Amino acid sequence: MKDTDIKKLLYTHLLCIFSIILSVFIPSFFLENFSILETHLTWLYICSVSATAVNLVLYLVMKPNVSSKRSSLSYKVTRFLKCCIYFLTSCFFFHVIFVLYGAPLIELALETFSLAVILSTFTTVPCLCLLGPNLKAWLRIFSRNGVTSVWENSLQITTISSFVGIWLGAFPIPLDWGRPWQEWPISCTLGATFGYVAGLVISPLWIYWNRKKLTYKNN
Amino acid sequence: MRLGSGTFAAGCVVIEVLGVALFLRGFFPAPVFSGTERQAESPAPEPSAGASSNWTELPPPLFSKVVIMLIDALRDDFVFGSKGVKFMPYTTYLVEKGSSLSFVAEAKPPTVTMPRIKALLTGSLPGFIDVVRNLNSPTLLEDNVITRAKAAGKRIIFYGDETWVKLFPKHFVEYDGTTSFFVSDYTEVDNNVTRHLDTVLKRQDWDVLILHYLGLDHIGHISGPSSPLIGPKLSEMDSILMKIHTSLLSEERGALLPSLLALCGDHGMSEAGGHGASSMEEVNTALVLISSAFERKPGDVRHPTHVQQTDLAATLSVGLGLPIPKSNTGSLMFRVVEGRPVREQLRFLHLNAVQLSKLLQENVPSYKKEPGFEQFKVSERLHRNWVRLYLEGSNSEALVNLGAKVRRQYLDALSMLRLSLTRRAAQYDVYSMAAGTVLVLEALALLLLGVPQALSSRAELDVPLLSPVSSLLFGLLLLALAALHVVVCTAADSSCYLCGLPWLAAGGVMALTAALLCAGMSALTRIFAGGQCLTQTPPQSTSRWSELDLLSFLGTVGHVLSLGASSFIEEEHQTWYFLVNTLCLALCHQIYRHCLLGDDCAPQRCPHTGEEFDGVAVALQGKRAGPEGWELSHAPKDPSSLEALRGPKRWMVLASPWLVLACCRLLRSLNQTGVQWAHRPDLGHWLTRGITEARFVYVFVLGILFTGTKDLLKSQIIAADFTARTVGLWEIHSGLVLLAALLLRPHNLPVLVLSLAVQTVMTQFIWRPLRHGAAAVTVMHYWFGQAFFYFQGNSNSIATVDVSAGFVGLDAYMEIPAMFLTAFATYSGPVLWASHLVNFLTSEASSGSALRRACFCYALVCSVPVSVYIVMVTSLRYHLFIWSVFSPKLLYEGMHLLVTAAVCIFFTAMDQTNTKS
Repeated sequence: MKDTDIKKLLYTHLLCIFSIILSVFIPSFFLENFSILETHLTWLYICSVSATAVNLVLYLVMKPNVSSKRSSLSYKVTRFLKCCIYFLTSCFFFHVIFVLYGAPLIELALETFSLAVILSTFTTVPCLCLLGPNLKAWLRIFSRNGVTSVWENSLQITTISSFVGIWLGAFPIPLDWGRPWQEWPISCTLGATFGYVAGLVISPLWIYWNRKKLTYKNN
Repeated sequence: MRLGSGTFAAGCVVIEVLGVALFLRGFFPAPVFSGTERQAESPAPEPSAGASSNWTELPPPLFSKVVIMLIDALRDDFVFGSKGVKFMPYTTYLVEKGSSLSFVAEAKPPTVTMPRIKALLTGSLPGFIDVVRNLNSPTLLEDNVITRAKAAGKRIIFYGDETWVKLFPKHFVEYDGTTSFFVSDYTEVDNNVTRHLDTVLKRQDWDVLILHYLGLDHIGHISGPSSPLIGPKLSEMDSILMKIHTSLLSEERGALLPSLLALCGDHGMSEAGGHGASSMEEVNTALVLISSAFERKPGDVRHPTHVQQTDLAATLSVGLGLPIPKSNTGSLMFRVVEGRPVREQLRFLHLNAVQLSKLLQENVPSYKKEPGFEQFKVSERLHRNWVRLYLEGSNSEALVNLGAKVRRQYLDALSMLRLSLTRRAAQYDVYSMAAGTVLVLEALALLLLGVPQALSSRAELDVPLLSPVSSLLFGLLLLALAALHVVVCTAADSSCYLCGLPWLAAGGVMALTAALLCAGMSALTRIFAGGQCLTQTPPQSTSRWSELDLLSFLGTVGHVLSLGASSFIEEEHQTWYFLVNTLCLALCHQIYRHCLLGDDCAPQRCPHTGEEFDGVAVALQGKRAGPEGWELSHAPKDPSSLEALRGPKRWMVLASPWLVLACCRLLRSLNQTGVQWAHRPDLGHWLTRGITEARFVYVFVLGILFTGTKDLLKSQIIAADFTARTVGLWEIHSGLVLLAALLLRPHNLPVLVLSLAVQTVMTQFIWRPLRHGAAAVTVMHYWFGQAFFYFQGNSNSIATVDVSAGFVGLDAYMEIPAMFLTAFATYSGPVLWASHLVNFLTSEASSGSALRRACFCYALVCSVPVSVYIVMVTSLRYHLFIWSVFSPKLLYEGMHLLVTAAVCIFFTAMDQTNTKS
């Protein structure tokens, strides 16, 4: 059971990584002058959309939590709408946090918001896919000994590594190297992306190494 | 002997202060400086045996006009080497055949433009300490050629690097500054200088023209000395030189005196293209003096001779007929005056020697023993004889012989004088630096080794005294250190502060070093012994670090590491804001988990490892479970304590981190400090309008009164013995707050108000309900203190120190109160948070040994950055930004350590009264 789960996890994660890599290369065939640094926001939104799409598709295909009992259409619609609202809320929430961290309040607001969008893509969207709009479950996952499955464990790892990535991505900003990628918010976006990819790579491996120690209550 | 960990920490910090002071003394060599104020002083008269000579006036100028053409980063081989031959044909012609004198001028490190300009014009050796001396005013206050020339009525025109305009704001009749900000521009920056040349050269209304070309330096920074861009730039410079020279020659025909054109560089260029350090390429610069006064016979080939860069100041003074600047350490370039009559030559040499020997008298107590001074006296006596012979009009051959002898004697005396002066200011005093570093690192090691014991719940340390092994070790070490001291001091050719100390003081330093080393060794052995015991008893304390512990550890380490990069030092406030924000978010996470899930994240309230060493864990477990330091954050004793909070209080707890975050965001836009984002508009500017500011003061004073009365009332309720102390502490805290309110600039009062607000919020809604341990609370206080240091508008450059705070309420400048007030105003953030820490810990009923542990923690977090930083600075001492970025930070760190020592002593005093009562 567990080993198959881990294998599934690995494949889905590889697909996610693949989608992010594709979002770097594919658009340059269709768009002129496309590059990560110069048309940064375009790339950011393409990456965000593709990551969201892949997450959704994978969720629909894999169905990691089979315990949705009611499945009437109206329930599904309200659930979907709720998810959208949650996503938007999380974008604004991250935006506020970036401003609190010192991002300029008025100028570059679009850039800050885009950063919030991509961070939400890497953190909130997987949470919504896996847990649904259920704040208590979210809090449970991000506290100690709260995870109940391989999926949740990997979610925890990828989310935390995205946060750590964006956190570390802010460090080069004050340096006086004058490189194009030090512009706000490029280094943070790249940090978040690298953190997310690293989390995707690490989590199956980590779970595989620690599979003896990990015991989940429900499994 | 057993010591409270607070006392121990205070002792360690005091020792560190000593070590840092020693380090600073070695790092910033005492400058050779003329202490006397500039005053109208008649020049030294010509020495004479009788009253017969009355040449007391200054000699007349040698040149009518002087043009100084300073090319930034003009290395010697750009003129005298193969590049010069290839790209500077006119200059090469002048050097080889024309009427010119050529030199290789040696610059002293730091080879950075501003100190070098100072050296060229004052003849002194400017170090960093000069910057500190004239705080806040970049104007050159020292005696220098330009000021003297202006006083003598010379009209000076300047075109080139802005630095000059900052140094001499009112000296030029006409100027146009170019900025060296855009390093990638090497064309416009020079065209902006050259465009004035045609008109200026036609005019007759100036005496001194100074041109400073930056293009060559910019090319060096972009692509290095072997770049293909260098050649065209040198050719451009050559053509400019030719233009100036021909114009000067054509004007000279009508004039009585010749003119002088000086081509020089301020520093060289390393093979990588930078400068700042002391390699041969950076130190050797070209210096060519061109004037028709320096005629020479055809076929007379001369190679450039080596001189010091500082020699130019004396030479220019003599050439313009000005007194030599007082703090000049250079000697006249004799070849410039070789063509003059012997009497004048000797007069010039005498003036130079008198000035140098005066400087030596002011700086060296035992100046009479210096060989230079003795030689000066001898040559003065000979000179006197010569003057007598000359005035008597005696036999010419004897006069010539004596004249040559006097001249030789003077030149020897000058070089000796110069040597003994420059030796005092030339280099880092590595021995003192090393001794200071060793002291600091030993104290830090002791602190680190003491961690397990000091943070145990008893908070006491064993300090082994006078065990036979350690006293033997101490003796041996002391002997070895003394031997080392003797060897270093006899071998060192440069002056050294530690060697200059009396034997008793140096011995004290050595004894301290040895004692600390012994203490460290014994602590280490004990830990190893303890470690063996520990492995025998299976360690049940697999203490998992909570997020907060991890954050405070990583934050401290990250901050320390960031000090290695100059940009991070310039923008250190960003680091602290970042860390404090992260801390708030972590706290927020913790609170939400507690409140919403009732999650006790750390059920393993493991007994501390230190307790196991002492084997008293059993005895302690019976006791009331107070805050147990080492395990930095705690699960509440009863996990339902937060659950129990209902209603508005609970909401306040949930909202408080956001409140604090919002306060921090507001405060950071109040004062933009640092370098990169300093141009952003400050919120503070809105507040410096008068009425708003006064209202802020009123609101603020009312707030103080309110909290004061509230706390007084509260302390009445609690037990009597306890009250007195709490009230006293609150009084002290309020006093400090009032003092800060008085001293801070008006627009900074919101910082103070919000600091008090944040303190209250954190105490009420975070630290009390969540029951953090003393150590965690201490680290948080320290972080907030640092953040508020920068919220106030401070930065790591000397320019932001608010000197005006030193004058509040004082009629005249009094040094000691002014220094104290300035220091307090600058460090009011950290001090207020530290005093709040004392208050908080004593007001918690279950304090016990918390104060001691807090003191230890505070000492540790403060001394880690200092210790690492001085090691970093030592290794980076030839970095380009050592004087502009790293040195100010070093001074700030030293001062911060001093403040920390005061805080730790205050902690210990509080702790002592606590144990007595």
